[in-house]
Amino acid sequence: MSEDNNAQAREPVTGMDAPIYLQYQFTAGRAPSRFLHALKQGRLTGQRCPGCSQVYIPPRGSCPACGIATDEEVTLSNKATVQSFTIVYIPIPGNPIKPPYIVANLVPDGANISFIHLLSDCVNEEVHIGQRVEAVWKPAQEWDYKMDNILYYRPLEEPDVPVELIGRLPVEGWEGQA
Amino acid sequence: MTDVDVLSEAFELGFTYTRSTGPVMGRFLTALRDKRIEGIRASDGRVIVPPMEYDPETAAALDEFVEVGQEGEVMSWCWVSEPRRAHPLQQPFAWAMIKLDGADVAMIHCIAATDEAALHTGARVKVRWADEPRGHISDIACFELAGVAP
Repeated sequence: MSEDNNAQAREPVTGMDAPIYLQYQFTAGRAPSRFLHALKQGRLTGQRCPGCSQVYIPPRGSCPACGIATDEEVTLSNKATVQSFTIVYIPIPGNPIKPPYIVANLVPDGANISFIHLLSDCVNEEVHIGQRVEAVWKPAQEWDYKMDNILYYRPLEEPDVPVELIGRLPVEGWEGQA
Repeated sequence: MTDVDVLSEAFELGFTYTRSTGPVMGRFLTALRDKRIEGIRASDGRVIVPPMEYDPETAAALDEFVEVGQEGEVMSWCWVSEPRRAHPLQQPFAWAMIKLDGADVAMIHCIAATDEAALHTGARVKVRWADEPRGHISDIACFELAGVAP
């Protein structure tokens, strides 16, 4: 033991590491697996409920409202609308993203529910609910079964979506809006 | 709809907490690092190990530390025939309530024994210290049977 260690050993104990590790075998299930296979090919997909026609992403295989199986797969748009967002200022240990950055609930065109992703390549102070954004994908050779095949979303030069229409745009986006 | 390869992979979620010990538990852990065990005297005179910060009856802050023995008596125990990865011992062992000599309450720790039949309530056990104590409850590697039981 070195002298340094001896000196350290004389200091009273004031703290301790108390880590907790939870080990899982995560199995995606059939519907999310289909979603991930499509993601690896560069496509965002949802599933439509045969009862209420709502499209869910990521699909879980059943409609949370109707409780019935969803098996119609729908390819969604790379365009999306900001449903809500937050600007993160606090660094999280182990997170390589440097604050401040934006985490947003985004509804892709053609879906009726939002998912969470990063919003970047934007002026943070100008981000707002109803803003139109599009996915920025990694190079195709890096695609894996992961949501971060999409690096982030960035703003589009398109009119805002009124709050009552967020989550109701067809897959064609504004173009298909009657 | 065509069938699909269901994806599955190992996944670990880690909460890498660091805890402050406070002065009482800090002193207990500091003593463990020096291969000593310290309890604390409560208002009714009992010696409590590990030490409590506040009196269980009066809630007054406690500060009279008392060193206790490194041998004790098994008050109750439970055999673990299939240890899990997070357990302190990887061969079959016992969780036990052990009342150390000089203490008035039992503390929980593990006992390494060859098999379940070697243990009984009232058995005498003694500390086996870790090779490199670091100020942690695992500085007591385990307890072992102390010679022939009474």
